[in-house]
Amino acid sequence: MNTGGIWETLGFYLSYPFVQYALIVGVLVALSASLLGVVLVLRRLSYIGDGLAHVAFGAMAIATVLNFSNNMLLVLPITILFSILLLHGGRRVKIQGDAAIAMMSVGALAIGYILFNLFPPKGGNVSGDVCTTLFGSTSILTLSQEEVWLSIGLGFVVVVLFVLFYNRVFALTFDGEFAAATGMRTGLYNAAVAVVIATVISLAMNLVGSLLISALLVFPALSAMRVYKSFRSVVICAAVFGVTAALVGIVASILAGTPVGATIVAADIAGFLLFSLLGALKGKK
Amino acid sequence: MALLTCENVSVGYEGKPVAEAITFAVNPKDYLCIVGENGSGKTTLMRTILGLLPPLSGKMTLEEGVRHHIGYLPQQSPVQRDFPASVREVVLSGCLSRGRGPFFTRAQKALADKNIARLNITKIANHCYRELSGGQQQRVLLARALCAADKMLLLDEPAAGLDPQITQEMYDLIGDLNQSGLTIIMITHDVGAAIRNASHILHVSRTPLYFGESEGYAQSPLGSAFLKEANP
Repeated sequence: MNTGGIWETLGFYLSYPFVQYALIVGVLVALSASLLGVVLVLRRLSYIGDGLAHVAFGAMAIATVLNFSNNMLLVLPITILFSILLLHGGRRVKIQGDAAIAMMSVGALAIGYILFNLFPPKGGNVSGDVCTTLFGSTSILTLSQEEVWLSIGLGFVVVVLFVLFYNRVFALTFDGEFAAATGMRTGLYNAAVAVVIATVISLAMNLVGSLLISALLVFPALSAMRVYKSFRSVVICAAVFGVTAALVGIVASILAGTPVGATIVAADIAGFLLFSLLGALKGKK
Repeated sequence: MALLTCENVSVGYEGKPVAEAITFAVNPKDYLCIVGENGSGKTTLMRTILGLLPPLSGKMTLEEGVRHHIGYLPQQSPVQRDFPASVREVVLSGCLSRGRGPFFTRAQKALADKNIARLNITKIANHCYRELSGGQQQRVLLARALCAADKMLLLDEPAAGLDPQITQEMYDLIGDLNQSGLTIIMITHDVGAAIRNASHILHVSRTPLYFGESEGYAQSPLGSAFLKEANP
């Protein structure tokens, strides 16, 4: 294939609105996921993203069975509820945090799968629907205009909140105890972080599906931390990394005909390896 | 009037007391050391003073307006040891309680720079926190605490894990801060240093065994026994 051919194919696809939607939503979701991922990775909470994604899968199954016109209306509140329970009430629960998440994670997956099988959606096939929800195989290309606007709005809110509360996010992440001792309402901010994380995960379901969401959260942060050493530079680098990987992944999947979510994650892996190499070279100097 | 008074206070988690019947008072410019065995409730008491835990019973009073002028030097957590942050970012985060806006003002940045200079870490201000030595990290955290503190400074084992020379520097630094007018409450297991540096001692061991001036503690049977045990 010559290069002219690739650009022509790309231009052909880009003229379709559903491809444009996919790119816009992909970039916004990747951007907000990578910003929050920095916080989660640094607070040793990466696994929470995974657990919540499975809860979102279960919620999606319920929404599909109940024939919701917009699944987000059910997925979002349920995921937010569990996110707050996990991040906020975690210390009071008798079951240890990581075990609780493992339990909830497989539980939601199993219940969701049973529901899909017991009440197969009209006109759909079970394995196709499950596969789409888990791996986001085609759903990003079938977004309705309503979902696109919802994604744009929520993505925008996440980024604005992150910028406005950047200093407080740093204080909370570096040392919540000190922040609380000097008068910050850490409980409130932790709850806010939980809500935003749940929102981003519900949105990311459309993009990469619930099994691959963790990749959007952890790869940008971990890659940036290989190379950069101040919080600000790690945050900026993670954001750029996440967006680039999403763009490269979406475009590559269109050109190669591969599943969108998995291709984005593959781009993330490639980027991580590159940054690890850069970090090792930088460390040697 | 005392900055902080505790009358018959019990501290602990989830209704289970760790230390009980604690009564003491801290006046402006005091230098109080809290000593005691591991697990005797020293850190729990400090967290209660900071308002991170409610007292289980008894009465704890902070003088009006002091709450937002307290600095805190916690024990380091594993999260911080490999956190990507520059020294300046860490110190600046101590200035948050000085403003309400989303971004740091010029005054807050000046305050951070002042404390960076005060602790002699200007040269490493742009270095990465996790790459510093233990002593340097403690200086950074102390600079952060000073940004929040202009009345009272609470320190939890500030010398933990430091070598003897750096430990002495740390104690000298804290002594200087006390001289400059800050009230100090410090947890330590180094009883010798506590007696040398502090004006008052509180010995906690589930219940407080001693509260009073440092000189009296060294001469009390309890103090001399604990001193012998700590420095055989």
